[in-house]
Amino acid sequence: MNLLTRRRFLTLSGVTAAGALALGATHTDWQTLMTAAARNPLDPQAGVLVVVTLYGGNDGLNTVVPASDPAYQAARPHIAYQPHEVLDLGEGLGLNPGMTGLKGLWDAGSLAVVRGVGYPVPDHSHFRSMSIWQTASPTTSVSTGWLGRYLDAGGGDPLRAVSVEPVLPPMLAGATTAAASLPVGGLKLPTGALGAAFTSLGAAQAGEPPLQARVARSITDLHDTVRVLGRAVHPGGAVGGRAGALAAQLDLVGGLVEAGVPTRVYSVSLGGFDTHADERTTQQALLTELDGALAPFVARMRGTDRGKQVVMVVYSEFGRRVAANASDGTDHGTAGPVLVLGNGVQGGFHGQQPSLTDLDGGDLRVHTDFRDVYGSVLDHVLGADPGVMLNGWTGQVDGLLA
Amino acid sequence: MAPLDDRAAARRLLDRLSLGPRPGELDAAVARGVSATAELMLSTSTTDHGAQATPPPALGAQPDAPAKGDKAAQTAFAETLRTQAAALTTWWLDRMVAAGGSTEKLTWFWHGHFATSEQKVRDAGLMLAQNNTLRRLGAGSFTVLAHAMVVDPALLLWLDAEQNKVGAANENLGREFMELFTLGVDTYTEDDVKAAARALTGWTVDKQAGTASFKPARHDKGRLTLLGATGPLDAHGFVDVVLGRPASPGHVTGRLWARLVSDTPPTDDQRARLVAAYGPARDLRAVLLALVAEPAFTDSASTIVKQPVEWAVGLMRATGVRPGALPKADLTAVQGALAGLGQVPFLPPSVGGWPAGTAWLTTSAGVARLTLASVVAAHADLSVLEGGTPDHRVEAVRTLLGVDSWSDRTRTALLGVAPTPTQLLQAAAGSPEYVVSA
Repeated sequence: MNLLTRRRFLTLSGVTAAGALALGATHTDWQTLMTAAARNPLDPQAGVLVVVTLYGGNDGLNTVVPASDPAYQAARPHIAYQPHEVLDLGEGLGLNPGMTGLKGLWDAGSLAVVRGVGYPVPDHSHFRSMSIWQTASPTTSVSTGWLGRYLDAGGGDPLRAVSVEPVLPPMLAGATTAAASLPVGGLKLPTGALGAAFTSLGAAQAGEPPLQARVARSITDLHDTVRVLGRAVHPGGAVGGRAGALAAQLDLVGGLVEAGVPTRVYSVSLGGFDTHADERTTQQALLTELDGALAPFVARMRGTDRGKQVVMVVYSEFGRRVAANASDGTDHGTAGPVLVLGNGVQGGFHGQQPSLTDLDGGDLRVHTDFRDVYGSVLDHVLGADPGVMLNGWTGQVDGLLA
Repeated sequence: MAPLDDRAAARRLLDRLSLGPRPGELDAAVARGVSATAELMLSTSTTDHGAQATPPPALGAQPDAPAKGDKAAQTAFAETLRTQAAALTTWWLDRMVAAGGSTEKLTWFWHGHFATSEQKVRDAGLMLAQNNTLRRLGAGSFTVLAHAMVVDPALLLWLDAEQNKVGAANENLGREFMELFTLGVDTYTEDDVKAAARALTGWTVDKQAGTASFKPARHDKGRLTLLGATGPLDAHGFVDVVLGRPASPGHVTGRLWARLVSDTPPTDDQRARLVAAYGPARDLRAVLLALVAEPAFTDSASTIVKQPVEWAVGLMRATGVRPGALPKADLTAVQGALAGLGQVPFLPPSVGGWPAGTAWLTTSAGVARLTLASVVAAHADLSVLEGGTPDHRVEAVRTLLGVDSWSDRTRTALLGVAPTPTQLLQAAAGSPEYVVSA
């Protein structure tokens, strides 16, 4: 069913605007979107946010390492990095040896490290903590993500945010709109009679159970996604080894940005940071993979006007306990560094480095609320009102973004 | 909303307590009635021919770890592990299709509950052993299941517990056991997590033997206080304390409810009835029968998004396509599509298991579903979709898949591909009515 037919169908079947909203449909803005996507691609001056989620709880102390602090060496004798091993950033801190590319960005002034970021009353559960980071709601459980609310406020256009993962992260789910998702390797739709039948399955059906309506909506979103992103989605074009690898995800994102698709937010991820045992080998390999994905992406994005508007935020649900455990690993902790990269970024340290001696039950104290980071990117990158997305939160990290 | 009619209620039972109906099963279930069918599905006296036809694979011995620096040996080692893991995944998909029933459904449920990933365990034999434990105990007493899992070798490796020894305990297993497996969040303190870790010290895993064993010298024999209980405590003592907490029955039965009934949490009354059925014996079979007896179980409002594996297995059961019999390239395509949908058995994304509900309804999922359905369609016997008018064929595919009814939208869409049975099956498999368990 083409767009016009679908609109007529909705009109003829008596689906009101409110009813369409309940079904998850956004047809009132759809035509506008399609026209805009085809004729008015993303404004080259519009900021683009790429959120990089590190699942598992990345050990911040072995990422931005206080190697010369005796308390650090004493707390984790077997897994501590020595001062000569880390990539010196000044102020007694150094990057993990696997992060040579990011060290280059630091030296060029385009990597910001926000230190000691967390939320009030830390929770050591992966799931609760990740939920707090993704919903930006530390005290009450809400069903929408902080960027999902950005989608809701933006008129319900799923293409404004794209996840390059098979499963949608909660941060991109709004009350009425979910981000589009796009697997690495592209989307190849059937053609001919099957293609027509599949398109038809996306039509709204009055009175249908809500979950079935969501399936139909996802099918229509899929077709519209392919229609808009078609040029940028290269079938079978997975880059560099295993599917979903961060570098391949960012390669796809880079192509979409350069093609001028009207997407303002992208979500990518890397997992495996839950290093309760044998941490040094595992974490350094992951940080090397992270570095090998981020640094070339940043370099590539410098090559186009639209790419120059990209800002990346790298976070994990928590850092880890200051003291190592007996398995040469670390258990779940609290505050950690958030990395922010891109051209508008004021490089260098932001926020206070947590003390290794003044601890809260063996854990680092939080010095910067994570919503300050969100507030900064909502305001400076997306041009959105942080108070609306963050339930009245108005804090920002001073001077993080120009 | 409204109670389902008898046929739809029987269909829902086969969706939720099994992995979807095979041809003939729905008619038999309608004739027998929902509660009698549930009793039969949960009885242990019937012979499972599907299970007999799919004996566990002979994986061969776990290879010896290669010497450091020996590149060729490392490559061979990785290849052996990969081959063993692939054989294991194929076998379980094949078993789910051939046997299905409550045994495989509950094994699948518990795999998502005690979610353990082969990616870290790196030992298909231990994953198979865990799978067999879940299968053997999945409808018995949760007491027995929890005691088996706390010392399950694959779970110990997955949650780093084999390195957990007196002096500086590793918290991973203790925390997740309480938060995810038995109690739920906000039912314990950080001090309880530290105490749990100490109680769980002392266990090691012998990969060659495939066993876990307790080494008293590594165990913390000191006094500790866990959830109000004080004293020296070992792993089994820990499980007894945790299962005795008031929050535990509601957590365990609530997890079953969420996956088998509805993602709307049970009301206080509903929860009380489930907990009563669970009882001091922690009787899972009784809970399952109580779930089925709840009016909500057969209410039209209790729709659930099928997990990708449930959807794929159901499709293959309905069409008689055995993954174990597929040519290698087609099997690879099926597993690739499942990866694209975000769910491969033995590879949960984290110890929290897989997401539920609308998280599966991504824009890209539609393509992966059609890809998988095209493989199934190429190998299915679709003679029932040949002949007759287009209307007859659209009805025939509805019957084949056990869908209650087509919406006008879907009927119109399917009529467009009615001349080609393979495409008719593909489109029907991707329809909202089949992706969701009504």
